[in-house]
Amino acid sequence: MKNLLKFKSSNIMLVAVLALIILVSGCAAGGEKDKQNVSGEESYKIGAVIDISGNSSSLGVPERDTLQMLVENLNAGGGINGHPVELTILDNKSDETEAVLAAKTLIEQDVLAVLGCASSGPSMAMINTLQKEKVPMISMAAASSIVEPVEERHWVFKTAQSDIVTVSNIISYLKENGLTKVAFLYMNNAYGDGGKKAFLTAARENNVEVVVEEKFEASDKDMTAQLTRVKSSPAQATVVWAIPPSASILTKNYRDLGIAALLIHSHGVGNQKFIDLAQGAADGVILPIGKLTVVEQIPDDDPQKKVLQSYIDDYTKKYNMLPDSFGGYAWDAFHLVVKAIEKAGPDRGAIRDELENTREFVGVSGVFNMSPRDHNGLDKESMVMVRIENGKWKLLD
Amino acid sequence: MWGKNKKYFWLAAALGFLAIPLIVKSNYIISTLIVIGLYAILVQGLGILMGYAGQVSFGHAAFFGLGAYAVAILTTHYSWPTIPALGAAVLLPGMVAAVIGRPTLKLQELYLALATLGFGILVHIAFTEGGEMTGGPSGLSGIPYLSVGGLVFDSDVKFFYLVWILLFLLLAGMNNLVRSRVGRALRAISESEYAAENAGIDTVGLKLQSFVFSALLAGLAGGLYAFYITFISPSPFSFHASVQFVLMAVVGGLGTLTGPLLGAALVVALGEVLRWAVPLVIPGAGGEYQIIFFGLILVILMVLQPGGLGALGKLLGTPAKRLPGKGADTRLLESQGG
Repeated sequence: MKNLLKFKSSNIMLVAVLALIILVSGCAAGGEKDKQNVSGEESYKIGAVIDISGNSSSLGVPERDTLQMLVENLNAGGGINGHPVELTILDNKSDETEAVLAAKTLIEQDVLAVLGCASSGPSMAMINTLQKEKVPMISMAAASSIVEPVEERHWVFKTAQSDIVTVSNIISYLKENGLTKVAFLYMNNAYGDGGKKAFLTAARENNVEVVVEEKFEASDKDMTAQLTRVKSSPAQATVVWAIPPSASILTKNYRDLGIAALLIHSHGVGNQKFIDLAQGAADGVILPIGKLTVVEQIPDDDPQKKVLQSYIDDYTKKYNMLPDSFGGYAWDAFHLVVKAIEKAGPDRGAIRDELENTREFVGVSGVFNMSPRDHNGLDKESMVMVRIENGKWKLLD
Repeated sequence: MWGKNKKYFWLAAALGFLAIPLIVKSNYIISTLIVIGLYAILVQGLGILMGYAGQVSFGHAAFFGLGAYAVAILTTHYSWPTIPALGAAVLLPGMVAAVIGRPTLKLQELYLALATLGFGILVHIAFTEGGEMTGGPSGLSGIPYLSVGGLVFDSDVKFFYLVWILLFLLLAGMNNLVRSRVGRALRAISESEYAAENAGIDTVGLKLQSFVFSALLAGLAGGLYAFYITFISPSPFSFHASVQFVLMAVVGGLGTLTGPLLGAALVVALGEVLRWAVPLVIPGAGGEYQIIFFGLILVILMVLQPGGLGALGKLLGTPAKRLPGKGADTRLLESQGG
């Protein structure tokens, strides 16, 4: 009897759970439809698919926070030409399949454009789905392959500086300082891989000899083995493509081994976390970075100065902390699409054309000049070289 | 009475299911169902291995990935037509399973789980380190749509029919398989290998066959996945995915035919519902809250229904295909003629 009761109640519970799920998903679909009917003519819908949880959440969270702040401010100021903006932000859990499903959800909701993702893999995964449905997409990830080859990426744009932009800053620095022999170390993931391809190509073209090439895993806790090879090589400088924490560990190991060669990092270490984790070892590191980090040191006549300062002010006021360059990518993506809708109205094709015609748009990550041949639109000037001194970013001339 | 009508009931249910795209016009729901179908194909194979042959594999994401990469590499680098590429996606994991299965399946229980885990990690490293061939950590894009003759599977609805018709055919075939002598022998192995061996069952051979069979299905699912998403990188084929597949099989119910399908449906649907529902309950909550809710619901479910969702079949009047107890064991073994 007891068993029988138990069996029954558990099954009833199970049915209840399933019924709840079905009910909830039914409501989800119904709810959205209602919204469309009530305000269908009034509000403009924009979607975002962001890595809020999972491996890339440190990139995605500031992007989500920036977008939430921007849409609140925009609507408080009357929206786009009087139409309020309805922004739906979905989490892709840093997963490619989830990103595709999220993109489809947004297409169902008739969004005018999709922003995202924060990282390269999920961004790549969404491209086909969005292109097939002719929905403009603005990615905030690094890999150049997101917008190239551009003839196959008709509907895709991106705001983060491509690896090539970062690399050309580093190569210029090497040439100006007469450094011709370098060691190249990179993290074994999509970010490091993109940097490696771009750097090795640029090095060949500029007669910079790569004497050591080593990689490490994002989860590695010690890079002494790779660095020992650097120490015994004739390298005059070491270029590293990584993000914290592994970038910080490498920097500590580098100082412990007393390697004399100059240490140059990529923009992947462009946040306070890198300096904090490296515990003093970061001093002397040189890197190219977006101007956001050194805003008070850039000259007042820099076209970006005002934009950067206002982003910092808004963000600090709302969240009580400084924004980082990842949030900046979201700032750019949001404003690019809002500006395009302002001109084109609620028409996906016209919005795409407007995005492609973006000229001299002053954003956080640089001054954007899109064209049918360039869907990133940023040049070398969007970054500056800095040196870390006493745990602070110091602009180099 | 029910016994005779059962076949028609399931046929009607399947046909009813296939009518969904006629009524539901949402691409999102159709694509969620496609993902469920793809995982279900894989988990059906894993279900045979775990529920019937009693072997646990934490390496099935690797077979899934081998299928996906076979399609991606053959179509993008070597311009193979899509159907032979899909064939290779099925055969390659099967062959790999046959090679590694011999030594691995001599191991038992936890040791086998560990061996498959190691294999999964190795394959994942190979995907990441494959250079130009696999696209390295950045992955491969530009995979064409699957086409059969003049029929191109370029829409969600077409793909939905492809995946679910394949899945229903698979279910019908497996329904016959588990009732056959082979199926009974497999269940005997899952209860006691020694007893089964004494009964004259070729335990190693059968375990190997079910391992290869499950790898073939994982490869099929992987190949279809590549044709559906048209971009792949190593991350969907990591250890984490293997764990998720085992989870689907267990939540669905081991040793039942509908279990794997229900498990895949529950895990995918729950993830999607939570993505929408959690921000309503906790505004501004990130994905981390979803994972907590996800875990909680699964724990509650397993406590209430340890047999998994497949045991729900009882409510519909079809007894779950589960062994009642030791008494039935001996009868089974006797029927093997051992």
